[in-house]
Amino acid sequence: MTNHFNVHHKTDTVGVITVEGIEAGQELTGWIMETDETITLKALDPIPIGHKIALGDIKSDDTVMKYGHDVGKAIAAIGKGHHVHVHNMKTKRW
Amino acid sequence: MATKDKLNFWGYRRENGRVGIRNHVVILPLDDLSNAACEAVANNIKGCLAIPHAYGRLQFGADLDLHFRTLIGTGSNPNVAAVIVIGIEPGWTKRVVDGIAATGKPVEGFAIEQHGDISTIARASYRAKQFLQDASEKLRVECKIEELWVSTKCGESDTTSGLGSCPAVGNLYDKLDPMGITSCFGETSEITGAEHVCASRAINEEVGKKFLATWQAYMDEVIEPHKTSDLSESQPTKGNIEGGLTTIEEKAFGNLEKIGKNVKYIDVLEPAEAPSKGPGMYFMDTSSAAAECVTLQAAAGFAVHLFPTGQGNVIGNPIEPVIKLSANPRTVRTMSEHIDLDVSGILRREMTLDQAGDALIDVMISTCNGRLTAAEALGHREFVLTKLYRSA
Repeated sequence: MTNHFNVHHKTDTVGVITVEGIEAGQELTGWIMETDETITLKALDPIPIGHKIALGDIKSDDTVMKYGHDVGKAIAAIGKGHHVHVHNMKTKRW
Repeated sequence: MATKDKLNFWGYRRENGRVGIRNHVVILPLDDLSNAACEAVANNIKGCLAIPHAYGRLQFGADLDLHFRTLIGTGSNPNVAAVIVIGIEPGWTKRVVDGIAATGKPVEGFAIEQHGDISTIARASYRAKQFLQDASEKLRVECKIEELWVSTKCGESDTTSGLGSCPAVGNLYDKLDPMGITSCFGETSEITGAEHVCASRAINEEVGKKFLATWQAYMDEVIEPHKTSDLSESQPTKGNIEGGLTTIEEKAFGNLEKIGKNVKYIDVLEPAEAPSKGPGMYFMDTSSAAAECVTLQAAAGFAVHLFPTGQGNVIGNPIEPVIKLSANPRTVRTMSEHIDLDVSGILRREMTLDQAGDALIDVMISTCNGRLTAAEALGHREFVLTKLYRSA
């Protein structure tokens, strides 16, 4: 079975796309590495390899969790299955 | 995973007892003005290695100390058999020669003033020829894994670095640290966002506080006075962002995967400072720019370097072999000539971190035994001195 995205930690709110060519509307299979669980999710944007996908609905100003840690904040509402990157997420530092 | 005895490797034992994995005769310029003479000597005597660089004039204070520490450390690295130092004048040239001579290895200095380039090149070439022939007789001997000094730094990172290539290095360190290797990580700016987690990985509270003080000093002295934005496109870089990394915090947690799950670092080093507390892991205060960081680690005496990359940083170093690994299948496909180990199977759920760590140990031992890295074969010899502030 093709693995489409990885999630580091069970408390993470984003996953990482691990294959090239993900299209909007595609049903994805993902792997939570910490717990070795398999999950599924529908992509709602085309998302390049290495880029992040929202695992659930994220509100503007919400902390984004990855590695089980705070890695920044949403600067716009991000729906489940959408692409998470510099257009809707920002550092809390600097 | 191999037992400790099977991790023996074939290295060069130097006069001071340290073990190297290469046998370079280095032609080392004191300063930018002496690059041309050094390159001419290396051109005359095939097999010598000139290491040109951009600095060495009118530096002062801590910046000058770092310059000397880096040059002396580079010449003193056990991957170097012998050194010719060429400088514009004899005083500072002698300072570098004396520093390297403390290791017991052959070293001689030449100054250009009152001689000119041509005479200097001729005299240095005679000596370089002798050093090279003598070095060529040096035989590799069987060495133990605990005699190996291993550094790491990642570059052109992306999210696959945090998923695969960085934790593969961490897995290697988790396995080899208990066997007594000496190791190093750095990248002060790039711990930002994960600094408290990094502090918690120190051997004790005192070392953790020393790390946090080093990190805070960088923030106070460099970032705060000079920043004009949130450092977007610098940290993370344009390449990082193309690869999917969005924030410095995200990059920092991926970076920190390199130190494994169990290893505790035992001290915090100044840039290019040699470890002095025995075997174990050290944090070094370095830039996060690849060539600057590896140059400082090589100058501290590290013999082999592990370099995880996501988008495909192509760096090498003149004296410390740089082993590259990547978990990004696109990078492995489009830039295969730069990659020594493909761990993209981790992303496909076909390879475990344990398997990736074992594969990296195998590649590292082969490299120590003499196999050239991709960067060595491609001629990557980036030698970049860290400059703390403008010269006088």
